[in-house]
Amino acid sequence: MPRSQKIALALMAAFFLLAPLVLYPVFLMKAMCFALFACAFNLLIGFGGLLSFGHAMFLGTAGYAAAHAAKVWGFPPEFAILFGTACAALLGLVTGLLAIRRQGIYFAMTTLALAQMIYFYYLQAAFTGGEDGIQAVPRGMLFGFIDLSNVWAMYGTVFVIFMGGFLLVYRTIHSPFGQVLKAIRENEQRALSLGYDVNRYKMLAYMLSATLAGLAGSTKALVFQLASLTDVHWSMSGEVVLMTLLGGLGTVFGPVVGAFIVITMENYLAQLGAWVTISQGVIFVICVLAFRRGVVGEIGNFLKKPL
Amino acid sequence: MTEIFGVPTQALFGQLLIGLINGSFYALLSLGLAVIFGLLNIINFTHGAQYMMGAFVAYLLGSKLGLGYWWSLLLVPPIVGATGMLIERLMLSKLYKLDHLYGLLLTFGLALIIQGLFRNEFGTSGLPFSMPAELSGGRNLGFMFLPNYRGWVIVASLVICLGTWFVIEKTKLGSYLRAATENPALVQAFGINVPRMITLTYGFGVALAALAGVMAAPIYQVSPQMGADLIIVVFAVVVIGGMGSILGSILTGFGLGIVEGLTKVFYPEASNTVIFVIMAIVLAAKPAGLFGTQK
Repeated sequence: MPRSQKIALALMAAFFLLAPLVLYPVFLMKAMCFALFACAFNLLIGFGGLLSFGHAMFLGTAGYAAAHAAKVWGFPPEFAILFGTACAALLGLVTGLLAIRRQGIYFAMTTLALAQMIYFYYLQAAFTGGEDGIQAVPRGMLFGFIDLSNVWAMYGTVFVIFMGGFLLVYRTIHSPFGQVLKAIRENEQRALSLGYDVNRYKMLAYMLSATLAGLAGSTKALVFQLASLTDVHWSMSGEVVLMTLLGGLGTVFGPVVGAFIVITMENYLAQLGAWVTISQGVIFVICVLAFRRGVVGEIGNFLKKPL
Repeated sequence: MTEIFGVPTQALFGQLLIGLINGSFYALLSLGLAVIFGLLNIINFTHGAQYMMGAFVAYLLGSKLGLGYWWSLLLVPPIVGATGMLIERLMLSKLYKLDHLYGLLLTFGLALIIQGLFRNEFGTSGLPFSMPAELSGGRNLGFMFLPNYRGWVIVASLVICLGTWFVIEKTKLGSYLRAATENPALVQAFGINVPRMITLTYGFGVALAALAGVMAAPIYQVSPQMGADLIIVVFAVVVIGGMGSILGSILTGFGLGIVEGLTKVFYPEASNTVIFVIMAIVLAAKPAGLFGTQK
């Protein structure tokens, strides 16, 4: 890990450890869940060059699965989270096998359409509770002795999950696997001619991304004790694209910064209704036209250091 | 009452008609997407918002200026098309050298802005739009009752689709367009103003969406969200058909509308998802789409 990234990692960890002294912890937990979600998404687009416009299906599916497991089956939280994550991984396997068959723009449209199909399924399915969602999900006792209804226990758990997911993404990007993924992004034909089974690499990246998005979704369901249709809707898929784009596509810390900014903005603009959507659209347009490196990408470029 | 497969014919034909109507809109919208994609290599995510704009501009022309349906049909496509050309000149034209995905992201952002602005101004509830008096009422076809307006929508969209196909495939202008799709640099070298052609093509695609919006206004309610979910279905239609062929996207549009209508009769729970399921099957069997060629 280069020194610049070590410093950034230490700063990020320190921020999330100290911030609850001044900021509302539930807000920070939300930010960490979305940051993990955006990191998972960035793994796919930033390093594999695959734009998924349906990532909400993994977040939402895992949320529903974890909430159902915890509330109806009485799973302890660690198993509820694992179960939700496994469901997202399975969904990643099935949708990946279909979506990987098309490239570029078609991949984006396919994932969007698949996610919409999942959305309509959850809208009608009995176990999701339709418009109400699954409410009052018990947080339970982690490993049988840590009571997660205590906000600090919950905060610590979310922090550990977020840091674990973040480091896993970091490790993946910098492994030989991640390097091949980058090669595929830069020039797919050339990677193919060098003997790499391109589709297998893409599939693995897609599944890993789905799994981590699922981890974020299950954790979020326990934090808010709620799984609802919002998390499966296409606008959520758009939001994670926005977070990653704003923070910096293909940067290590970009998605975290992007997620934090977008969540903060939503928090403060919430009472203004449609202005949240409008300002998100404006940020999209500005980022694409004039700011394609994103916040962290620009900082890294200015410091001439990888971030 | 007569029945087919245990379903009353009245219900069957009624749903088939709704399917054909939906199919008309799928065809018009996917046609516009295909025309734009052909030349610009951009998937126009704003298409749904521009369809909604078409309906709203028609509504505003009616309520503020007192202009009727037929005037709207004539005026709305050029008005909304002009805003499209402005977007192309000011924003999209800056992105042609970049990865195609940026075009998708930009148009997605624009769709959010447009839908948000209309929601701020008009709220989320639908606004009524009255049918033109000439097309109210209906006729009895013997086996079913056909409201005149719905018949008009189906015929009009068929004519527009086939007209577009004719212009692109059979005229000199269309041959320039197809040549520019293949190799813009060479066409430019022959003295044709390709950037202007791109602007006009985008404007035309947007005008098609707006026209669809005007035709949809009396059937569906005019609301800011009317295009948002529709465009995702149209994306699935485009993935199923493949964007290589104009005639292909027209056929897929109408065909899927009918399939959706039939699903409502035989298995209503799946009517929202059937197009996506078909997409999954087509992707598994023929990844390039029914009429597409894999590049």
